[in-house]
Amino acid sequence: MRNEDLILSIDNVYKSYHRDSQIIRVLEDISLELKRGAFLALMGPSGSGKSTLLNLIAGLDQVDQGTIEIDGVNITTLSETDLARWRSFNVGFIFQFYNLIPVLTAFENVELPLLLTGLSKRERQEHVSAAISVVNMEDRDGHYPNQLSGGQQQRVAIARAIVTDPTILVADEPTGDLDRTSAENVLDLMDRLNCDLGKTIIMVTHDPWAGNRAHSMEHLDKGVLNHDL
Amino acid sequence: MIFKILFRNAFRHKLRTFLTVCGMSVAILSFGMLRTVIDAWYIGVEASSETRLVTRNSISLVFRLPLAYRDTIRRIEGVEIVSYGNWFGGYYIDEKDFFANFAVEPKSYLELYPEYVIPDDQRIKFVSDRKGCLVGKKLADRFGWSVGDIVTLTGTIFPGKWDFILRGIYEGRDKNIDETLFFFHWDYLNESIKKNQSTSTDHVGFYIIRIENPYIAAETSEAIDESFKNSLAETLTETEKAFQLGFVAMSEAIIKAIQLISLVVIFIILIVVANTMGMSVRERIGEYAVLKTLGFRARQITLLIMGESMVITIIGGITGIILTFPAARGFSLAVGKFFPVFNITGETMYLDMAVTVTVGLLAGIFPAYRAVTVRIAEGLRRIG
Ligand SMILES: Nc1ncnc2c1ncn2[C@@H]1O[C@H](COP(=O)(O)OP(=O)(O)OP(=O)(O)O)[C@@H](O)[C@H]1O
Ligand SMILES: [Mg+2]
Repeated sequence: MRNEDLILSIDNVYKSYHRDSQIIRVLEDISLELKRGAFLALMGPSGSGKSTLLNLIAGLDQVDQGTIEIDGVNITTLSETDLARWRSFNVGFIFQFYNLIPVLTAFENVELPLLLTGLSKRERQEHVSAAISVVNMEDRDGHYPNQLSGGQQQRVAIARAIVTDPTILVADEPTGDLDRTSAENVLDLMDRLNCDLGKTIIMVTHDPWAGNRAHSMEHLDKGVLNHDL
Repeated sequence: MIFKILFRNAFRHKLRTFLTVCGMSVAILSFGMLRTVIDAWYIGVEASSETRLVTRNSISLVFRLPLAYRDTIRRIEGVEIVSYGNWFGGYYIDEKDFFANFAVEPKSYLELYPEYVIPDDQRIKFVSDRKGCLVGKKLADRFGWSVGDIVTLTGTIFPGKWDFILRGIYEGRDKNIDETLFFFHWDYLNESIKKNQSTSTDHVGFYIIRIENPYIAAETSEAIDESFKNSLAETLTETEKAFQLGFVAMSEAIIKAIQLISLVVIFIILIVVANTMGMSVRERIGEYAVLKTLGFRARQITLLIMGESMVITIIGGITGIILTFPAARGFSLAVGKFFPVFNITGETMYLDMAVTVTVGLLAGIFPAYRAVTVRIAEGLRRIG
């Protein structure tokens, strides 16, 4: 069932953690397919395994069982090294707490992922300027993270996530730490990235209001995907 | 950019970095000073020549040898020049103002020690004046003596007031030459003893002998001692280096202690820097996780942390090395009489640098290892 339009396909994925002698089964038999250009909200109560699933999709963690294929690459078979390389080209990350590097300016933070590509300094600066203008932060690009508001930091983080033109964008509670207006802003931005630039986005949230901004929704409950809701 | 992050990280906690840098510089300063003290201790050994032998009474340095031995020694194969002298043990005004003073046979002695550089006219005057004395530049400076002054020493081994006319001031040819010595004519001493008849005359404390080349040192020494076997005063001949080492050996325990202390100092600063790096990296584990998320590799994370550690130790180390110079000068002024030559050697500075780099690397290793091995998901969890 190969499909050109399929960008993500998760097959019977299991994941558990070991704490002391105890085994915590976090994800149970997860299967999911996503088309190119989708904007998916992954919802569910706290502790249901949303972040865990997102980390697996983003290649930050290894599955116990099952396969995850992204844009034709089965990432569950990649070595740690290849996975790191794959991430740098294919995944853009947006975190709840922005996670900008405090000692770098907004501009430098956005430039960071490009250091791992073979781009020249000039090319890098062009890419960074473009990404920063997408998020409307041109006038603050010399500021350090602690000189920016949460919403502004998140916009810079989004610029950092899109600067390498990744295959998918993953966002873990991108509005979780923001007030309503800033959150609205960020969601508008993500919507634009999805509609205008055709970015595939997977967003974890437990806020139904934020989830509604996505174009599709999946519910996780106690490690099981619930398609019916 | 990696270097930008690394430098900015190093100065993120200004106070913490400042204190660690201070600690590092104090550690390097003490390490350098302790090494310099040890070097100063060994300076006599360093400055000794391989073509000079010292012959003394085999029982002890306090027993003397007949002057008549000179001619016997001269006839031994390989011997070029024979000079002799006596420890005088006098002091100037205050007994606590110690400096070494010797009665020597001036002409041959100066031939044996070409490293004492004296203006020709002063040399001639010193050699020809029986009451003349020759002193090192540092000693002359210390007591404010100049050529032509009358210098009176009080004898301890040879009691009484002894007047000398300062005829010459020598300077060391190299940096490691002792410039605090005081020499006068052995004849002057011997004649005075004759008048007082206090101790036996025509006896010397030691012979200094120049041999043709260093390779015959062992056999020549043996030949000299053989000549005086079964005589009233048997001799012990050794190279100047071995002779000087004999003095140092007496204080070996102290030197060992100093070496141990300098190691302890290094160990302590290693712990301090490692602790600083440990704290910093623990606080930033989330940032390193973000970098890893973006695809940065173990190599780059390691560079980031080791580099930061190196920045701190190198700034501290260089400050320490620079501070060692004024400190050594101050130390030398304070206790210079015990350490006639107190120089920071190139070797000490290389060691300082080696210690700096080693501490930087060792202090960074464990934090770097932690940051590299912590699982990304785990690291990201620590944020917020
Ligand atoms: N490294 C780990 N070791 C042990 N247990 C873990 C680990 N990571 C996650 N878990 C457990 O897995 C379960 C799912 O965690 P996860 O972070 O995926 O939940 P979540 O849905 O993102 O919750 P939240 O909405 O609170 O962020 C939780 O019970 C958590 O305690
Ligand atoms: Mg979560």
